[in-house]
Amino acid sequence: MKRVRKNREYAVPVPAKVFMALIYVFLYAPLIIMVVFSFNSGNGTTVFEGVSVKWYGELFSGRGSSGEYLAALKNSLILAVSSAVVSTVLGTLAAVGVYRLKSRKLSEAFMTVNNIPMMNPDIVTGVSMMMMFVFVGTLIGTSGDKVNFWTLLIAHITFNIPYVLLNVLPKLRATDRSIMEAAMDLGCTPVKAFFKAVMPQIIPGVISGLLMAFTLSFDDFVISYYVSGNDFVTLPIKIYTAVKKPVKPNLYALYSIIFIVILLMLIGYNLLQNKSLKAKGKK
Amino acid sequence: MPESVNKGPSSSAPAGEKIRKTAKPKKKKAGTFGTALANTPFVVWSAAFIIIPLLFVLYYSFFDPEKGFSIEYIKVFFTEPMYMKAFGLSALYSVIATLISLVIAYPFAYFLSKVSPASQRLQMVLIMLPMWMNMLLRTYSWNQILQDNGLINKLLGVFGISSVHFLGTPGAVILGMVYNYLPYMILPIYTAMSKIDRPLLEASEDLGCNGFQKLRRVIFPLSLSGVISGVIMVFVPSISTFYISQKMSLGKVTLIGDIIEQQIKLHYAEGGLNRGAAMSLVLMIIILIATFIMNRFSDEDEGVLM
Amino acid sequence: MKENMILELKNITVSFDGETVLDNLNLSIRDGEFVTFLGASGCGKTTTLRVIAGFITPDSGDVFFDGGRINDLPPYKRQVNTIFQRYALFPHLNVFDNVAFGLKVAGMKKEEIRPKVEEMLELVNMKAFAHRKIHTLSGGQQQRVAIARALVNSPRILLLDEPLAALDYKLRKDMQNELRRIQRATGITFIFVTHDQEEALSMSDTVVVMNEGKIQQIGSPTDIYNEPQNAFVADFIGESNIIDGVMLEDYKVRLDGRDFECLDKGFAPKEPVDVVIRPEDVDIVPLEKGKLEGEVTAITFKGDYYEMIVDVCGFKWMVQATDETKVGTKVGLIIEPDAIHIMKKSKYSGMFGDYSTFSDEMDQMDAEEEALEQMEESDNA
Repeated sequence: MKRVRKNREYAVPVPAKVFMALIYVFLYAPLIIMVVFSFNSGNGTTVFEGVSVKWYGELFSGRGSSGEYLAALKNSLILAVSSAVVSTVLGTLAAVGVYRLKSRKLSEAFMTVNNIPMMNPDIVTGVSMMMMFVFVGTLIGTSGDKVNFWTLLIAHITFNIPYVLLNVLPKLRATDRSIMEAAMDLGCTPVKAFFKAVMPQIIPGVISGLLMAFTLSFDDFVISYYVSGNDFVTLPIKIYTAVKKPVKPNLYALYSIIFIVILLMLIGYNLLQNKSLKAKGKK
Repeated sequence: MPESVNKGPSSSAPAGEKIRKTAKPKKKKAGTFGTALANTPFVVWSAAFIIIPLLFVLYYSFFDPEKGFSIEYIKVFFTEPMYMKAFGLSALYSVIATLISLVIAYPFAYFLSKVSPASQRLQMVLIMLPMWMNMLLRTYSWNQILQDNGLINKLLGVFGISSVHFLGTPGAVILGMVYNYLPYMILPIYTAMSKIDRPLLEASEDLGCNGFQKLRRVIFPLSLSGVISGVIMVFVPSISTFYISQKMSLGKVTLIGDIIEQQIKLHYAEGGLNRGAAMSLVLMIIILIATFIMNRFSDEDEGVLM
Repeated sequence: MKENMILELKNITVSFDGETVLDNLNLSIRDGEFVTFLGASGCGKTTTLRVIAGFITPDSGDVFFDGGRINDLPPYKRQVNTIFQRYALFPHLNVFDNVAFGLKVAGMKKEEIRPKVEEMLELVNMKAFAHRKIHTLSGGQQQRVAIARALVNSPRILLLDEPLAALDYKLRKDMQNELRRIQRATGITFIFVTHDQEEALSMSDTVVVMNEGKIQQIGSPTDIYNEPQNAFVADFIGESNIIDGVMLEDYKVRLDGRDFECLDKGFAPKEPVDVVIRPEDVDIVPLEKGKLEGEVTAITFKGDYYEMIVDVCGFKWMVQATDETKVGTKVGLIIEPDAIHIMKKSKYSGMFGDYSTFSDEMDQMDAEEEALEQMEESDNA
């Protein structure tokens, strides 16, 4: 009896399944093309001439464009890690601050400001920051190129903070308010109570905020484009210049590897989640 | 300074039992000082890197290093036909892309909310995965697929259809937009739908709704906030994009984003920075108005976000 | 009464957003006492508890602990521990680590912590659960862990904020006995907050009845029940008929036009007073034998007794009796002198003690309040 009911609940008609499959084809077509052509024995990314792994060898040789890609990858990783860490600290602190605000008006105002970088088109955020940096640059006479790691870092932290805050705040709100008081009651100073009692409750939000900040930063092109110069080129910016001309499959090879890494991470995360859900279900 | 030693009536919250009566959320009792301390970095950072940069957009829209105050840069937007055309195309294409995304995403999200929970989780991952790959490269990949000797034309060739020029058409640009931002439409709608209580649906059946009525009278109103979030999240990046048009139209279609980019690249030359600022300002205001109108449709305050 | 005062509150006033929650409160608590703050929602009992714990600093007034002023002492330095309303156990720690938390924070060595924690778990009968996760425990078990977690720190005072509110009736009864046993075994001063008068009467050495931020009466459970100081206390503790009366002279009161003997004295001649008569102290007799005459208007079977509403010249009395009397029967009422308790007029006079509005409506409101509380609890879970 139960089984029948279950089937009814999760039944999706066949045409719907076909429709969904087509959407997945649409979403994955360019990615599949990318992976396939990374094994192209020819030089292009339009005509497949034969299977070969030479572009992977080419990529790791670090010659020519491959070297530039790898250097840009390294820059992107440095930027993504540092901006993710800083924005996680600032965003978590901000979440605590907003959570503790007593005035509803004030916390609404804070959330509005927080939403600006998310609501504004990236191009406007990028242009606005660039204008400030240009103005400050001419004021103190620094050429943009020397400081563009820092301008990038500031920009990335700025657009990351809102996402961290939005990940942490709901976790804070879901935490029993007495937990903090209980820890203080048992001898913790407020700061210690936060780290020993509250932090373990909100850590999933903090971690997902951190991961989101990392991926946003790693992938950002539009904002980075406006606040960067020539001495610190990130991977998306490098790709922007590269794809102006037809690219060689070595770039596809790089992104095929990135694709596989992300895929494995997501599958791992999904399995972990299923496992923990099952564990909870058993109880 | 620990919150507990703070004084003053303003730093205290109503007693627990007080709230139960009024059913208001329990306010944090506590240190004004600690709260201020936690808020300071956020306030300072937001002021310095969100608010002030926007003021610079305003500044550069009206002030020129040499000429001083001028409304010429705003005016040129409305007088130069090229700019108006670019803006018109941006608006048109982004609206079409948003509608197509909605038409695809809504049934997709609906069916997705019907499959088993394990499958739902897996499919969420599948939808998000492409978003984590570089947009430029994915768009470039589409460019390769749509080439005259690309995959699609090869397939058409098998059926004896002669080569079709896709690239450079408005359709290709719109496809680029739909492709890039479709997940932003699916996710909020799906989130809203998966929050609908199953008993609610059963209740509607119990009250005599057939399948279509159930969709129209229960599911749609309850998923409206997700639709509005999705519409905003597709419309905003679509109307302001510049690399999708570059890659998919081969330079034949110029959107407002392209013009801002070109102007900004000029820097101080020919007042490029000022024109770029002025156009950003106009774009921002238009988007602000559009989102405001969209949000009117939903009275939920979380409507904007996922 | 002056000896061994562990805690004294002097002229405590607390207000939130301009609303006075505690109004010039004075209270002394002896070491080793089981004290209960009793009152309805919003009476200020939890606020008082939080002032003692140090979570709220009073706007004015002083808190003395063992004779020393502790207004500015933060909660983590006070020799006071709290059992929170919903226990506030740390969900990321198991039972053992929850109990060990305070000792670890205090910097105690691992090998010293273990026996202390085990001893405490023994005391609350939770030894077998030491390594269980918090979310796998039932409400009653969580309650025990919360008690152990607080007591292991050897507090001088244990504060309990409606700790039994979330438990079902039977478990509640068990925990009441359990708490009383633990309090006797440890000799620690317990300050217990509840809105349940039955709980307060059965557990405490001293009951503090509060309303609107003020203490209405302090006394032993029997004093509170038998000698309520005003109409509020009389109504809040148990059922009461509160009738306007006039004190004719010592030991003689007039109500409903009849003179009654009583045991009270010391009022001015002809002083208007409130007269309290408990429903179980009113005897129903045949019409001609009664001192007062009335008509039964409602009767409810309560298991071991019947509860009747008797209309006496428009005033509805509640009467409890073991025999059934049909609705519409005219009856006589008799009240013995020791059943009459005289109170001075107060601001609460005339607000309570008439059962003319007593009906399903009240029951329904109680049920609604309970449902609301339960909803909040499930929200929290």
